[in-house]
Amino acid sequence: MAIDTSKVATSNSSAATPAKPGRAGAVATWADERLGLAGMAKKNLRKVFPDHWSFMLGEIALWSFVVLLLSGVFLTLWFTPSMSEIHYEGSYDQMRGIAMSEAMASTLGISFDVRGGLLMRQMHHWAAMLFIASMMIHLLRVFFTGAHRKPRELNWVIGSLLLLLGTLEGFTGYSLPDDLLSGTGVRAADGFMKSIPVVGSYMSFFLFGGEFPGDSIIPRLYIIHVLLIPGLLLALIAAHMLLLVYHKHTQWPGPGRTEENVVGFPMLPVYAAKAGGFFFIVFGVTALMGGLMQINPIWLYGPYDPSKVTAGSQPDWYMGWPDGALRIMPGWETHLFGNFTIAWNVFLPIIVLPGLMFTILMLLPFLEAWITGDKREHHLLQRPRNAPTRTALMVALMTFYGLLWMAGGNDIIAIKLNSSINTITYMLRFLVFVGPIIAFVITRRWCISLQRHDNEKLLHGYETGIIMRSPEGGYSEKHLPINPSAAYVLSARERDEVYTVEQETDENGIPAPASRAKALRAKLSTLWFADNVQAPTAAEIEAAHHHADHEHELQAALDGHAADGHQFDGHHSVEGDPLRGSDQH
Amino acid sequence: MSGHSDNLPVADDGNPGLPEHTWRPTDVDPKAEKRAERQVAALFGLSAVCAVLFVVAYFSLQVGDNHDTVLGLGASNVALGSALGGALLFIGIGIIQWARKLMADHEISELRHPAASSDEDRAATVAALQAGLEESGIGRRPLVRNSMLGAIGLLGAPVVVLLRDLGPTNAQVADAATGQGLEHTVWKQGVRIVRDVVGTPIRPSDIEIGDLFNAEPATIFETDEDGEPLIEGVPLQVAKSKGAVVLIRMDPADNTPGRGRKNWSVDGILCYSKICTHVGCPISLNERKTHHLLCPCHQSTFDLADAGRVIFGPAARALPQLPIAVDSEGYLVAQSDFTEPVGPSYWERDY
Ligand code: HEM
Ligand code: FES
Repeated sequence: MAIDTSKVATSNSSAATPAKPGRAGAVATWADERLGLAGMAKKNLRKVFPDHWSFMLGEIALWSFVVLLLSGVFLTLWFTPSMSEIHYEGSYDQMRGIAMSEAMASTLGISFDVRGGLLMRQMHHWAAMLFIASMMIHLLRVFFTGAHRKPRELNWVIGSLLLLLGTLEGFTGYSLPDDLLSGTGVRAADGFMKSIPVVGSYMSFFLFGGEFPGDSIIPRLYIIHVLLIPGLLLALIAAHMLLLVYHKHTQWPGPGRTEENVVGFPMLPVYAAKAGGFFFIVFGVTALMGGLMQINPIWLYGPYDPSKVTAGSQPDWYMGWPDGALRIMPGWETHLFGNFTIAWNVFLPIIVLPGLMFTILMLLPFLEAWITGDKREHHLLQRPRNAPTRTALMVALMTFYGLLWMAGGNDIIAIKLNSSINTITYMLRFLVFVGPIIAFVITRRWCISLQRHDNEKLLHGYETGIIMRSPEGGYSEKHLPINPSAAYVLSARERDEVYTVEQETDENGIPAPASRAKALRAKLSTLWFADNVQAPTAAEIEAAHHHADHEHELQAALDGHAADGHQFDGHHSVEGDPLRGSDQH
Repeated sequence: MSGHSDNLPVADDGNPGLPEHTWRPTDVDPKAEKRAERQVAALFGLSAVCAVLFVVAYFSLQVGDNHDTVLGLGASNVALGSALGGALLFIGIGIIQWARKLMADHEISELRHPAASSDEDRAATVAALQAGLEESGIGRRPLVRNSMLGAIGLLGAPVVVLLRDLGPTNAQVADAATGQGLEHTVWKQGVRIVRDVVGTPIRPSDIEIGDLFNAEPATIFETDEDGEPLIEGVPLQVAKSKGAVVLIRMDPADNTPGRGRKNWSVDGILCYSKICTHVGCPISLNERKTHHLLCPCHQSTFDLADAGRVIFGPAARALPQLPIAVDSEGYLVAQSDFTEPVGPSYWERDY
């Protein structure tokens, strides 16, 4: 790369001066003689990371996990995971003398008797929300831009597992303080388990160490929360990052960016600085949230009592959608041979449905690759509009999720809309089936019309907003060609290739009937790409531009002005350059 | 640009290449550069100030019961959070500003390689693997291989049985006398129905038509001669989690007793389990006029004037009813335990 550094201040000079071996050098040599790090570092210190705002979403998840580790360890120093009953004697007046578990009492202790304790508790809870929310949005970004395609399918699977484990980690976490709200959640979880055919009551008795509530559940949830799941999360996050480095990050197509290269800033210094700085920002934002926004004020709920419940009990928001499914499920139950009971009303919405949704989520990349028959590697991202069926599929899933999430607040919605909860529930029962279909169709058509619009811009330029009157009196809007780099971005996309069954012939040269699976696949592939608009070929663009140039020339000759017209596109100064024709009328 | 590959975008041939690098003001104007440098250092300075403020707030502001003095939160919490937030944010913003304004900003490009290993590597790996397997003789000695696989597989058995003592099963704890197990509660003949929290017994005349009482079995309040509770700890929690009931009084003409339940009530007073048959929330919301009881968790609604039938929501089973009577002293008591399990359904439930 030849850069004229003569006029450049010291800041941007990358001319390396050989370093004098100093103290740091001696340490590095010592370490390298034992660890041989230079070999690996050589490749990675200047590793290229492409830049785009949407690549930050995964980083938020990563950094909020670090905040969770740090604040969580702080909490363990005071939290007592025990269900032994004691009488609270801490600073919080209203609860003094009340019988509660040690878990609850120690959480009150963290909140009222440890300086900075409430801050850490609230930061921990806010960071948990941030962690799960950013994972979800990151997942959507990956899918909508096609970053889940080969070779990154396994990282998609790892990411899905992280989301599942993060959700479970959140649930075990907010169950720990043993307040009325969390105890209600744990009891519901007990009911969920009991609905599982054959083994349900055994699972419940084993988990609770006997009959609900017992005195084992908090210590057990505790070790799951601070050791088991964090360990798994850490291992999976490490694998996620290693694969990211191995595959190299995807990038948006653009001038100089191809499937074969990766363009961006080097790991050292710019990417490391930006990512490291971003860690402090995520950490700082969580600290502000913990300091200024109240969350989970357990002292207002009181200790858990199995005969009490708070009105309007609701789990943390990320548990809302299965809770909604549970709410709108009809009360079905089957009695088998008069001896056994299957509680479909619980088992289907809370055990089967989340399992099914999660399986679908994990299989999405494989499903898409099978339908499209695409076996190539993909490193350039796609705009959502350029994969209409994929985009529509995810929007349909999001609609399903969103409607169930709404159902999780059907009582609140009923009050807000001043409508009966029965009406809301019946409507949602219908909508969860119809809503996703409508969303699918609308999204798909929308994407396709956006594709068409892109092609218009490529072939005929953009709309200038200038209305012209032809000598014959007709009106038309003036279009101008878009700049070459924007045009390249629009045209730099693959043409869709529909999977077709290859005509196989047996040794006698007679065509073999295509297997059913292949035929199905070909049909699905056709539907997958149906009506998509393909990017124009270079020749088509050429022809369109040629046509436009020709028109300009003709007009220029007519009114004696420069035909270019770029000066009226809002990007140039037009002083002293009256609109064409204004001086004639 | 290298040759054409079908993996490249169609317009690749027209790829204009990386746009030329443009210099930032801080690259070409020493004044701008100095300004940026001072800006970044000032941000780091602000962070240091916040860190000091954090320490000051830690020692000067009390925690304790004054937890809602500022913004509905304790002064200490607000001060510590803001100071820590500032200390961290200013470092973050400072570093990013440094990267954006002062660090070299030419984008560089790196070639990608297919994720797959090269054919030679694959062949070498397969060869090495085959040599290893060949030398182990695992293919030639099925007896050794199969007995080893069998032995390792059977190691699963110790793992599984080791977890067996996680807890007793329902069948093991079931005991009608102490009310343990999913089929029983502490209710039995003659157990008084008492007010929850205070534990005082209830006469029929205490309840007016339309009233709903939250009640418990007297068992959980009983004490021995020294005043020590008879049940406490886990058994108490278990007893509460299944024994909680509601008492409701309605005009007897409004009530449609279930089959065989004609004499389960006393003067229009009925007693139902408070534990929702859906997934077990305690139910609490009463609609006075309609005798409907609503569960706050998922809005199952039960008609207490119709044997606890489900009239709305995801619950599948009616609320269990407790048959009640009046004892010799005129207090409400149970005639027996519930005649069916309370709470959510489970597989072994046989009716
Ligand atoms: C992905 C990771 C994690 C998530 C999503 C998470 C989530 C939560 C949540 C929501 C709570 C309830 C906080 C409250 O009281 O409002 C909690 C409590 C707790 N967490 Fe975590 N946590 C995570 C990791 C950790 C780690 C790594 C540790 C320790 C090594 C930890 C230790 C604790 C402790 C001791 C409590 C109970 C104290 C309390 O409730 O105040 N957590 N967690
Ligand atoms: S627990 Fe009562 S409706 Fe779900």
